[in-house]
Amino acid sequence: MKLLAFFGNDKTCTAVLLLITAVTFIIPFCNLISPPDSALHFSAYTVSLLGKYMAFALLGLSLDLVWGYAGILVLGQGAFFALGGYAMGMYLMRQIGTRGVYGNAELPDFMVFLNWKELPWYWLGFDNFGFAMLMVLLAPAILAFVFGWLAFRSRVTGVYLSIITQALTYALLLAFFRNEMGFGGNNGLTDFKDILGFNIQSEAVRGVLFMMTGICLISAFLVCRWLVNTKLGRVVTAIRDQESRVRFLGYRVEMFKLWLFVFAAMLAGIAGALYVPQVGIINPSEFSPLNSLEIVIWVAMGGRGTLYGAIVGAVLVNYSKTVLTGLLPEAWLYILGGLFIVVTLLLPDGIVGLLQRKIREQSA
Amino acid sequence: MKNNPLPRYCWLLSVLLLVFSITVHADDNQPLVDALNQIKQGSMTDREKAINQLVALKNPRSLVVLQALLAGKLLIIKGEDKLVIAEDVNQEYEVRDAITDAKLGTKNHDAVSKINLTNKLRSDLRKIIGELELNADDPVIRLAAVNAMANEADERLLDLLKLRLNIEKNPAVKEALENILLLQQMDSADKNLRILAIESLKDHDNKDVFNKLKTIVEKDADGHYVETDSDIRNTAELALIEINNRLQLYSAIETVFFGLSLGAVLVLAAIGLAITFGVMGVINMAHGELMMIGAYTTYVMQQIMPNHLGISVLLSIPAAFIISALVGIAIERGIIRFLYGRPLETLLATFGVSLFLQQTVRSIFSPLNRSVATPEWMSGSWQINDFLSLTWNRFYILLFCLMVFFALLQILKHTRLGLEVRAVAQNRRMARAMGIPTARVDALTFGLGSGIAGVAGVALSQITNVGPNLGQSYIVDSFMVVVFGGVGNLLGTLVAGFSLGIANKFLEPFAGAVLAKILVLVFIILFIQKRPRGLFPQKGRAADG
Repeated sequence: MKLLAFFGNDKTCTAVLLLITAVTFIIPFCNLISPPDSALHFSAYTVSLLGKYMAFALLGLSLDLVWGYAGILVLGQGAFFALGGYAMGMYLMRQIGTRGVYGNAELPDFMVFLNWKELPWYWLGFDNFGFAMLMVLLAPAILAFVFGWLAFRSRVTGVYLSIITQALTYALLLAFFRNEMGFGGNNGLTDFKDILGFNIQSEAVRGVLFMMTGICLISAFLVCRWLVNTKLGRVVTAIRDQESRVRFLGYRVEMFKLWLFVFAAMLAGIAGALYVPQVGIINPSEFSPLNSLEIVIWVAMGGRGTLYGAIVGAVLVNYSKTVLTGLLPEAWLYILGGLFIVVTLLLPDGIVGLLQRKIREQSA
Repeated sequence: MKNNPLPRYCWLLSVLLLVFSITVHADDNQPLVDALNQIKQGSMTDREKAINQLVALKNPRSLVVLQALLAGKLLIIKGEDKLVIAEDVNQEYEVRDAITDAKLGTKNHDAVSKINLTNKLRSDLRKIIGELELNADDPVIRLAAVNAMANEADERLLDLLKLRLNIEKNPAVKEALENILLLQQMDSADKNLRILAIESLKDHDNKDVFNKLKTIVEKDADGHYVETDSDIRNTAELALIEINNRLQLYSAIETVFFGLSLGAVLVLAAIGLAITFGVMGVINMAHGELMMIGAYTTYVMQQIMPNHLGISVLLSIPAAFIISALVGIAIERGIIRFLYGRPLETLLATFGVSLFLQQTVRSIFSPLNRSVATPEWMSGSWQINDFLSLTWNRFYILLFCLMVFFALLQILKHTRLGLEVRAVAQNRRMARAMGIPTARVDALTFGLGSGIAGVAGVALSQITNVGPNLGQSYIVDSFMVVVFGGVGNLLGTLVAGFSLGIANKFLEPFAGAVLAKILVLVFIILFIQKRPRGLFPQKGRAADG
């Protein structure tokens, strides 16, 4: 009952949450009980596609937390996503073992190819799943902490912050393109075989991964929802609206921003870690500034400052991207560009805001 | 034919010397005609005589004829008995009169016959031409001849070069002559002469000198010095140290030059942004695409007039300014004006515009890169010495960048538009109260910034390929420059652009191009921590805006 009251005042929100829960459990369940050729059976392609959308939804959620509630427009959220993805990718690379092209038990293929003699120190420990999962959280968190600490302490705000976050992801893009970095350079990490000893291509594993993504998304949503309703969330929202006033009231604005920023980065890292095993590759293009900007448009499209709007936006925009890049590859950038303009000019509250207004008008 | 060249050359030499003291009227072609007639006669002995006569004439035409003869381009037109110089063009000969250089149209390959030479005659001819070139009036030909002889200097040539050195006036040719002679002197038997040669050569910036000195101090496979005399070794080592010091200086100069030219590109890219972002406070993510439009304008101009590369590039400057400015004004009127005071939304909307423009260009011109040709006066490089050369196109871009910068400064300082722009930037409401049409000023300011982006695109098209992603690669960099220099400060943009360019180029040798770029980005991120308002922050009330 208490849980229901928690959502009670927002029907759209409840609907979105129920839908995600349903999809999360029904699809793997259907695949479990029905034979591969029946109508109820979802193809591997559909499952991994939906899984990808849900990972993106989690990523959008993380951005909505910082942008929608703290007013920090991060143009480099994709960097944290990619770092989480790389941590997961490194674990999966170590799982390949001797089954690589060169059959080297110690080194991944690309290192053998580059004539490396031993594993770089930062690859140590990644054969352990627990350690890798820790890194999925820690790598983005540390980057966000250092960057945020520097930025917020010296009160870099607004567009300046946006641009230096873009510079950050751009710098990482360039860095990860380098072969010397030891992350596979241009090609990134791919050709994964196993996860926790199970074949990553098998239907069962895909189903589990899908379910895990759904569960992570739902729990992250609930945690975020709880977070923004705590006192911390209230202060953060106040900072978004009147930063100096909150500072004059005696709050340490930079600390609130910093912790929220780090938390969002960790969520993005989890999203990346869920994304990589489902699509089977991680490469430096995930760091590209354009990817990070796409995340912004998911959130703006869905409606920022609502959390579930980010989920709606991420799924809708990515679904149209999948459909349109198949049908009219030329048109996608026109549409994406158009979306940016239309959403900022005509839909400041996004689709969710539009829906809520309609509902309010009907009940009035 | 006799086989002792030395006496003949002595004779030739005396003829050459004689020639210097005799003046020949250029329009008196009779001796030339006679000599050429003799070449036409079949006998090889006659030809040899005629060649010698040609040399003696000291007619500038002789060199041309002899060069043609050596290259097998001196032909006789069958039936007409006329001597012509031919150029092979499209399976046919384009012929010119050997005496008057008048164009005689084209001839079929069968309509002419070649003048043949024996191998002996050919090798003599080569030397004779070298001598003629060495004494040509044009210092460029002389220098080329001297440099060509550097590798095949024998006793006879050396005498010739010494003679030339005594009368040579041109400093570049003189230095080249000295170089060869001194290099030769380094091999002489006399120890003092060798040391003297090394001492006087150490001031020359010449690759041959450098390599020669290096061979003196080298050890052979057993670890013994090739050069047994330790005095000479020591002198050579000292000379090498001096040359190496100079080399370091040159490489530093080169790095600064590269840095300045990279900086010039950054400044060009950032300066329009400094107007729209710095003065108006509008984040324009489509700025890079406006540059791309400028670059494509250059490409289209070249397609329109492929035969006038130089003019098309010059015309592209105003054309790119106008087109980019119009696109910019359209963006401002259509989108940005609804978003004033909402910088984050402006950023997103203009980003949408940039995607739109990119895709448009991709649809019209294909996603592939287009290369824009560089006019002749901009290509090549300025060879200062063997170790230092600066490319012209980067030089021009540096110059162009400074011109654009000062033009912009003048516009802002001395025109009505500039005055209005500054007034609106300082206090929008007060400016409006004073009767300044702020909406119009906004549009024009944005147009100005965009136009400059277009002009920057013209410059970019001269150093990189033109493609749909051209602008994207500069947008982050140019924002960095503006932020580093201090928003709203044009001079800051200039200083920031050049310092980032130079820093980048100095880091590159140690860190590699990509890492250098990353280091610079990290530096700026750290710098903004310390001075959030850039190198030259605005002071007073404007700073709060």
